[in-house]
Amino acid sequence: MRVTQGTFSFLPDLDDKQIAAQIEYCLRQGWAVSVEFTDDPHPRNTYWEMWGMPMFDLHDPVGVMQEIKACRAAHPDVYVRVNAFDSTRGWETVRLSFLVQRPADEAGYRLERQEAEGRTIRYTLQAYGVDRPAGQRYGTGQARGR
Amino acid sequence: MSVAEPAANFAGTSEAIDLKALLAETDIAAPIGELERDLVGLAPVKQRIREIAAFLLVARARERVGLASGPPTLHMSFTGNPGTGKTTVALRMASILHKLGYVRKGHLVSVTRDDLVGQYIGHTAPKTKEVLKRAMGGVLFIDEAYYLHRPENEKDYGQEAIEILLQVMENQREDLVVILAGYRDRMDKFFSSNPGFRSRIAHHIDFPDYDNRELLAIAETIAAENQYRLSDAARAAMTDYIARRRQQPNFANARSIRNAIDRARLRQAMRLFKDAGAVDRNGLMTIEAEDITKSRIFAT
Repeated sequence: MRVTQGTFSFLPDLDDKQIAAQIEYCLRQGWAVSVEFTDDPHPRNTYWEMWGMPMFDLHDPVGVMQEIKACRAAHPDVYVRVNAFDSTRGWETVRLSFLVQRPADEAGYRLERQEAEGRTIRYTLQAYGVDRPAGQRYGTGQARGR
Repeated sequence: MSVAEPAANFAGTSEAIDLKALLAETDIAAPIGELERDLVGLAPVKQRIREIAAFLLVARARERVGLASGPPTLHMSFTGNPGTGKTTVALRMASILHKLGYVRKGHLVSVTRDDLVGQYIGHTAPKTKEVLKRAMGGVLFIDEAYYLHRPENEKDYGQEAIEILLQVMENQREDLVVILAGYRDRMDKFFSSNPGFRSRIAHHIDFPDYDNRELLAIAETIAAENQYRLSDAARAAMTDYIARRRQQPNFANARSIRNAIDRARLRQAMRLFKDAGAVDRNGLMTIEAEDITKSRIFAT
């Protein structure tokens, strides 16, 4: 199941040239761009691993593209996203966030039902990927029951 | 790839290219004109910059008719005594290269050893890379570059920074132009112990010292920039001052002159206070001879 998180996620995946153009836009707005990755793509998981520090004072997307490529090389089969943080007063938040890499094989989510007091049912989403320990979740080449 | 191919290519697009039109199109005449007008002296430097600009323009024209033109190596080294305008020219260079389209953004990132070399093991590489990332699309100006290399300490982390720099200078020539600057003799020593640097730098530009006449012109330019002017007597005093200042240790060309003008402005303010009378616009603007002759240079 294709994960649709962040901007552009309903479009075909951006190629590097398009990613660079988006980063160029972010830098022109004066936003600080950072790269993050995770193997736990639950929509409520806001704590992705940082790939290095957010990059301030950049003028050109080449520097960010280098970091994206380094992150992809080190973690070839996880989700990687680019965040652009706007530090201006009143915003102080991420203004743009989009995926730049996804695993070849996206396992998707199952719906879990928990029976609670009375006849109440609580629902939660669980990614199939996280059934296995961190580091073995995606693309380890092992057979995976779906 | 046959040998005949470029020739055939050339024959195919043999229409003339108007270099003048190309010049107008790239909008480069403006920064070069500014350079000629604003900077006093520096004839050999200006000559080299004109040569480089012409070369880049011709490379652009060659590209247009399909002749071979790899990305030219634009890394430079500026050598010269303190205060001879190395940083100022580097700033202009960034804008010239930007107008010619050889750097995408045209900003200048000015760094010294402290910005590149870390304090402990594993600190240097991220630090250098961070600076390089900031300089991407522009010009990286490394002042006093020879401090990167400390031959007396073989565990010095400077070597690590040098290796990263060399790699980027070689592989990302279209993303970044590196300008190294420093004193002539120490740069020569630095290059002889780091042959990798010498071979990757295409343009070695030497900044000559200013002569007394040029320094006087600089003094007047600096004063005019701040909306001051030298009276005739003050101009004579300044000429005398320059001749004496040159004999002193730590003479730093234009920088010394800038400092002299700054101090003269202080003394002028003091003098106006002491006179404690009405002062007109002209009085506020004029630096008199006594503002200059009170300098300690004249005390000896």
